[in-house]
Amino acid sequence: MSSTQKHSVLATKNLAVGYGKAEKETVVNTINLELKAGSFVTMVGINGSGKSTLLRTLAGLQEPLEGEIFLEGKPLNKLDAATKSLNISVVLTSQVISKNLTVLELVSLGRQPYTNWLGKLTEEDKAEIQAALAATELENLKHKACYALSDGQLQRALIARALAQNTEVILLDEPTTHLDLHHKASIFSLLKKIARQQQKTILCTTHDIELVLSLCDELIVLHNNTAIQNTPEALIEQGIFENLFPGTNVYFDKTSRRFLIC
Amino acid sequence: MKTRSGHSTKFTLLGVGVLLLLLLNIALGSVYIPLSAIFKVIAGDDSIREAWTYIILDYRIPKALAAVMTGSGLAVAGLMMQTLFKNPLAGPFVLGISSGASLGVAFFILGGSALGLTAILQVHGWGTIIAASLGSFTVLSVVIAVASRVRDAMALLIIGLMFGSLTSAVVSILAYFSPAEELQRYMFWSFGSLGDISWAALGILSLCYCIGIGLAFSITKNLNSLLLGDHYAQTLGVSLQRSRFVILISTSILAGSLTAFVGPIAFVGLAVPHLIRQWFTASNHWTLIPACILGGAVLMLLCDILAQLPGLPITLPINAITSLIGAPIVIWLLIRKKKLLF
Repeated sequence: MSSTQKHSVLATKNLAVGYGKAEKETVVNTINLELKAGSFVTMVGINGSGKSTLLRTLAGLQEPLEGEIFLEGKPLNKLDAATKSLNISVVLTSQVISKNLTVLELVSLGRQPYTNWLGKLTEEDKAEIQAALAATELENLKHKACYALSDGQLQRALIARALAQNTEVILLDEPTTHLDLHHKASIFSLLKKIARQQQKTILCTTHDIELVLSLCDELIVLHNNTAIQNTPEALIEQGIFENLFPGTNVYFDKTSRRFLIC
Repeated sequence: MKTRSGHSTKFTLLGVGVLLLLLLNIALGSVYIPLSAIFKVIAGDDSIREAWTYIILDYRIPKALAAVMTGSGLAVAGLMMQTLFKNPLAGPFVLGISSGASLGVAFFILGGSALGLTAILQVHGWGTIIAASLGSFTVLSVVIAVASRVRDAMALLIIGLMFGSLTSAVVSILAYFSPAEELQRYMFWSFGSLGDISWAALGILSLCYCIGIGLAFSITKNLNSLLLGDHYAQTLGVSLQRSRFVILISTSILAGSLTAFVGPIAFVGLAVPHLIRQWFTASNHWTLIPACILGGAVLMLLCDILAQLPGLPITLPINAITSLIGAPIVIWLLIRKKKLLF
């Protein structure tokens, strides 16, 4: 399937994100992005470049300072919370969640937008939960409490919760922090597999640029208060990564696609 | 989420516990009344001694019902606070809500005499209840406002403690200028007492209790979403502002009205949700809220039985008993589990 055939799921027009109401502090401006169905996109940038801020804004958790976000062509801010919850799910690492929850309970909470006021799970809900647990290989751990999980397992459980929510768009904020190389790779492969098999649009912020270069369909690079979106190859060709980090400590080697420290 | 049926044994045990302790609570007291006489009085048999009938119908039964409502109401309020603040130490007492109620009552009893309000409002018991509810609502609003700015659990705790200090400071000042009679009235209120409740007052309390518990059930699904934190809850379609408001109203009605009628009761709101969570190993509020209602009632009935020292003509302050039992429970939970989770 070529990229021209896929339709745009999430798009932004001249979006500016940042903080403050009276005194606006813009972190990234004139963001024009387009995320297509079934694509695995990663967002990179140095600390403080606005990755999490942009992600939260796309999720509707934060008001944009300027510009607009479109979900399936409709302005995001016109949609109510219930509609948004059926279309966008998130995986956040900074949230304090109740560690008393078992994996099954955690994943089941992903079905909240679909259940009645009693939160009763239907057969369809249970099937979705089962599928999410299977996709993240958590079936054996489902009765374990979150406090007993390793970082990698908890991360997978949080991803499973987002999968159970069964939304077109999944936004993930640094899901591989604190994980070793093996678990990082397995999370990224999992995300790519989900994007391909279930035609989900996945956007994930990360610091593991080298890893995602070979895995993701497109990258969004936040640099000098702007956002650049392109395929890994095109970005390498344009020499974007050479200037990503300030100073001269780190440089990017095009042939090996690696960052080197001098 | 675990199904209800998996917990049915525990629910049955709690239910039986409430009934047995309710009976025991009515049967025991300063005056010995045989169990057969108690059943006869409840059945409406008027051949029983008049004094016994009076003690049972107008003292022991209202007191036992007040104990049930106090325990369950405070436990549910504590549970909601712990989920809302994502803090295992949150509770109506620790977060200064009970202090707020105390402040309200202090202003009413100690400061109100100057304005001549006390005598008018005291008649139907509405005065204290409004003062306590307003006090707890004010403090809870401030705590919520601060909580949205500082996400740090420790900061919230310190703010709660500060409210406690502020309250006692203001109460000291009010006390300094108050006549001894009013001061004593406030002191007795602050010891906590389940015994001074009339049927009329019990009616008012039940109304507040039902509204508070009803609101808690109306927000139960959102409480489950809030276990994941504010951001996740929002992406699950929860309106944060509305949920917070409902929880705030429900908690201040429960904590405010209960504190007004029976005085500040420590530790029930903190300890019961933790005990229930550990015993049921559940996080679903559709399980936790009913379990806290039953569990809170069990603990409070038990504390009241101990406080009235069966066979002796004296009654200990109920607030002291709940602390004596509640504090070791919390310490025991901490030592056993190394940490408390909300």
